[in-house]
Amino acid sequence: MSKEYLRTIYVLFKKELMSYFNSPIAYIFIGVFLVVGNWMFFKSFFLIGQISMRGYFDLLPWIFLFLSPALTMRLWAEEKKSGTIEFLLTLPVTDWQVVWAKFLGALSFMFIALLLSISLPISLALLGNLELGPVIGSYLGSLLLGGSYLALGLFISSLTKNQIIAFVLGLVACFVFFIIGTEFVLIGVPKFIVPFFKFLGLGSHFYNIAKGVIDSKDIIYYGSFIFLFLWLNARVIESRGWK
Amino acid sequence: MIEIKNLTKKFGNTTILDDISLEVKKGEILGFLGPNGAGKSTTMKIITSFWTPTSGSVLIDGVNITQDTLVSRAKIGYLPETVPLYEDMRVYEYLKFIAEVRGIAKDKIRERIKEVVSDCGLSKVIRKPIEELSKGYRQRVGLAQAIMHKPDILILDEPTTGLDPNQITEIRDLIKKIGKEKTVIFSTHILGEVSATCDRVVIINNGKIVGEGNPNELAQKIGSKELIYVKIKGPKAEVETALRDLENVEKVESKDRESENIFGYEIEPKAGVDLREALSQTVMNKNWSILEFSKKSMSLEDVFRELTK
Repeated sequence: MSKEYLRTIYVLFKKELMSYFNSPIAYIFIGVFLVVGNWMFFKSFFLIGQISMRGYFDLLPWIFLFLSPALTMRLWAEEKKSGTIEFLLTLPVTDWQVVWAKFLGALSFMFIALLLSISLPISLALLGNLELGPVIGSYLGSLLLGGSYLALGLFISSLTKNQIIAFVLGLVACFVFFIIGTEFVLIGVPKFIVPFFKFLGLGSHFYNIAKGVIDSKDIIYYGSFIFLFLWLNARVIESRGWK
Repeated sequence: MIEIKNLTKKFGNTTILDDISLEVKKGEILGFLGPNGAGKSTTMKIITSFWTPTSGSVLIDGVNITQDTLVSRAKIGYLPETVPLYEDMRVYEYLKFIAEVRGIAKDKIRERIKEVVSDCGLSKVIRKPIEELSKGYRQRVGLAQAIMHKPDILILDEPTTGLDPNQITEIRDLIKKIGKEKTVIFSTHILGEVSATCDRVVIINNGKIVGEGNPNELAQKIGSKELIYVKIKGPKAEVETALRDLENVEKVESKDRESENIFGYEIEPKAGVDLREALSQTVMNKNWSILEFSKKSMSLEDVFRELTK
C-alpha cells in the first residue's frame, strides 16, 4: 500500500468525519449517547453501591444497537439519492478507498463519543478503587463491537437509496447478529447449533473482552466480521447495481 | 486524445449504447447532440469510469480507462448532469476537499483555489453553504470543481440545463474560456448551443451515432436540399398552382400570410436545379410581384430532426 493510497483515504476520511459535525446528527448522537448511558448507569449505581462499570458496559451494546445504524444510514443512501456518488466515484479514487474512508469516519466519530464518556470511569476511580483491566477491555470491546455494527450498517446503506430503510434494516441486522450469541437465544435453539451461534454472535465476544480477558480469538472474530462486510460493501459499489 | 472503440453498454436486455466508435482530437470542442435518453450521458459516464462498458474500449491519451482507471480519471474533469454537490459544505470547504483529493500539493492549494474562484466568478459566494446557492452559482461551483486539477479533458453533461438565458450565456462563455486549451466534450439537446460553441458535432440517437461533422458540413451531408423562400403578391390559390406547374419543382408549401394577397411560399426544387430564373419569369408573366426572395439551406435543427426521427 503506497503512501499516495493512504493519503487519498485520509482526505476522504477527513471529509466524512467533518460532514458528521456539519449536520445536527453528530450533536444529537453524542447527546443521546451520553445522557442515556449515564442516566441508565447511575439509576442503579447507588442502589448496588459497587465501584464497577459492569452495568454500563452491559448496556452499551444496546445503546450502540440504535445509534450505529443512525450513523451509517445516510453514508451511501444519501450519496445515491443526491447523485453525489457519481461525482465521488469518478474522482481518482478506488471504490475500496471510499469504503474505508466512510468506515473509518464513522468509527472515529464513535470513538470520539466513547472518549467523551470517560468522565464516568474517572469519577468512579475518584470514588473508590476501580479495577482498570475490565474498564480498558470494555472500551476496546465497545469499539470493536461498534465497528462491527458500523460495517454492517454501512453495507446495508449501500443497498438502498432510502435512509429510513437503511436505518431500519441496519437495526434489524445488527440486532440479529447481536442476539444470536446471547443466552436468551442459545437456550431455545437445538444443541448442535449452540457453539455455532455462540461464535457468530457479536454479543458473546463482547462480554468476553469486557471481562478484561483480551483473547486474540475475539479480536480476529471482530476483525473478520468488519472486513467481510466492508468487502461486500465494495462489491456492491463496484457493481454499480443501482440506477 | 479520446478514442472510443466499439463501445456497447447494456442493462439486462436493453441496449443503451450500440457499438459506438468516435475519436476526439486534442483541443477540440465536441458537441454531443441527441434527444433525451439517446445515450449521451451513458457515454460520458463510461468515459469518466462511473460505469464500465459491456464491451468495447475507451482510450484517454492512450490510457485504457478500465485498466488504468486512476490515470485516466486524473486527466478528466467531469460535471455530471444534475450537478451533484455536497450541500452541507461551504463553497471554500468543498473546493479545498476537491483540491486535496485531486492531489494538489499542500502549499499550492490556496493559490489554485484562488485562481479557480476568479476564473469561475465565485468570490461572492465563497463562504456560503452550497445548499443556499442559486442554480447558476451551483453550475459555476460544478465547473470550478471540474477544472481544479487543470485536466486536459473536460466532460460536461448538459451544463446549461435549467438556467435562465443570461446564465446560459455566462456559462457558455465560461466554457469557451476555460476550454481554450482543453479538449471538451459537452452534451446538450439545445441546438443553438452547438453552433455557438462547438467545432464538431456528433449526433446520437437510440445508442447509435447517426451524424458527425462540423455544423455546416452536417447540414450539407444530410440535407443537400436547398429550399427557396419567396414572398409573392397575388391570389394565393392561383400562385400555388402556378408554382407547382413549374418544371423541376418537388414541393410547394405556403408558409405565412402578410396581408390579403401577400403570401410566403417555400419551394423545394429537384436536386441540383436552379429555379430562380424560371420562377421570376413566371411571376412576371402573370403580373404578380416578388416581394422577398431567399435561399434557405437546411438548418441544424432540420438535420437533427431528420436524423433522429
